[in-house]
Amino acid sequence: MTEFLHMGGYAAYVWPAYGIATIVLLGLLVATWKGLRNAEATLKALESARPPRRRTRNSGRKAAEQSAGTPAEASEG
Amino acid sequence: MHRFANPARFLRLSALLLPWCAGATVILTILGLWFSLFGSPPDYQQGETVRIMYIHVPAAWMSLFVYTNMAIAAACGLVWKHPLADLFAKAAAPIGAGFTFVCLVTGSLWGAPMWGTWWVWDARLTSVLILFFLYLGYMALVNAFDDPQRGMKAGNVLLLVGIVNVPIIKFSVDWWNTLHQPASVVRMGGPSIDPSMLTPLLVMAGAFTAYFLAVVLLRVRTEIAQRKIQTLRLAVAGGPADGVAGEGGVTDGMRG
Repeated sequence: MTEFLHMGGYAAYVWPAYGIATIVLLGLLVATWKGLRNAEATLKALESARPPRRRTRNSGRKAAEQSAGTPAEASEG
Repeated sequence: MHRFANPARFLRLSALLLPWCAGATVILTILGLWFSLFGSPPDYQQGETVRIMYIHVPAAWMSLFVYTNMAIAAACGLVWKHPLADLFAKAAAPIGAGFTFVCLVTGSLWGAPMWGTWWVWDARLTSVLILFFLYLGYMALVNAFDDPQRGMKAGNVLLLVGIVNVPIIKFSVDWWNTLHQPASVVRMGGPSIDPSMLTPLLVMAGAFTAYFLAVVLLRVRTEIAQRKIQTLRLAVAGGPADGVAGEGGVTDGMRG
């Protein structure tokens, strides 16, 4: 095990290379995940603050059902 | 083509693809790390430092792959006003910059013991550094405008201009006499590298590709959500008029 960690005397070069790659890739993943959660939370808050008009498929369909005869609302999808 | 420009359809498709990409990333990373660290022999000249190659080379491939995809997206965004193309380029940029950074740093860590220097201004190293600055420049440019549409347009032009750098990077080791070695995997006449070292290289490349796909899907979803937030905010600011102004991009694709 010690021999493996020693990397034939090149431990100071091999392990930082793997470490940097891990830090960068995991860091990007975490930042992306947090950004997505934040954006989705903000979007939800904004949408619930305003009555959704034709934001989602379902709301559009519902609106169309309620006001049958105005097919403009159902044009999406 | 425009069938996939529909963000609602994209969101459904990405939800379907994401678990597969995430699973492939995990499995290929574990396999790749095992091959890189245990399942492959030390090099007869470079000893154990050859293991840096299994990070360095796939990261370099990804830096070119991501940039090329961004440039293709930029062309689609400029020519067809494809709303998702812009978002894809913006979403992919930080990942590409990350891979380029990893490539540069691991190259340095490999160069120090093997070449006796951390850095030389040779053609390959310099052109990859320029690629890194292209990524950073694109990211700065896209966010520099109040109107995101204009920022995207400027960024797309930069991406298309910068594409000349991609073949320069690829062929720099052939055109100039450099310290960096020429290609040994993607070359005429097939790979000149032993299968025991080619396997970890290709598995790690697969892992990085799956990682890129998973993260870029998440980032495009974030961009779509942010576009909707912006539209909602503009609609609030502009009063209860049916929110047509500023809905350009993404919501255009919603009807379809």
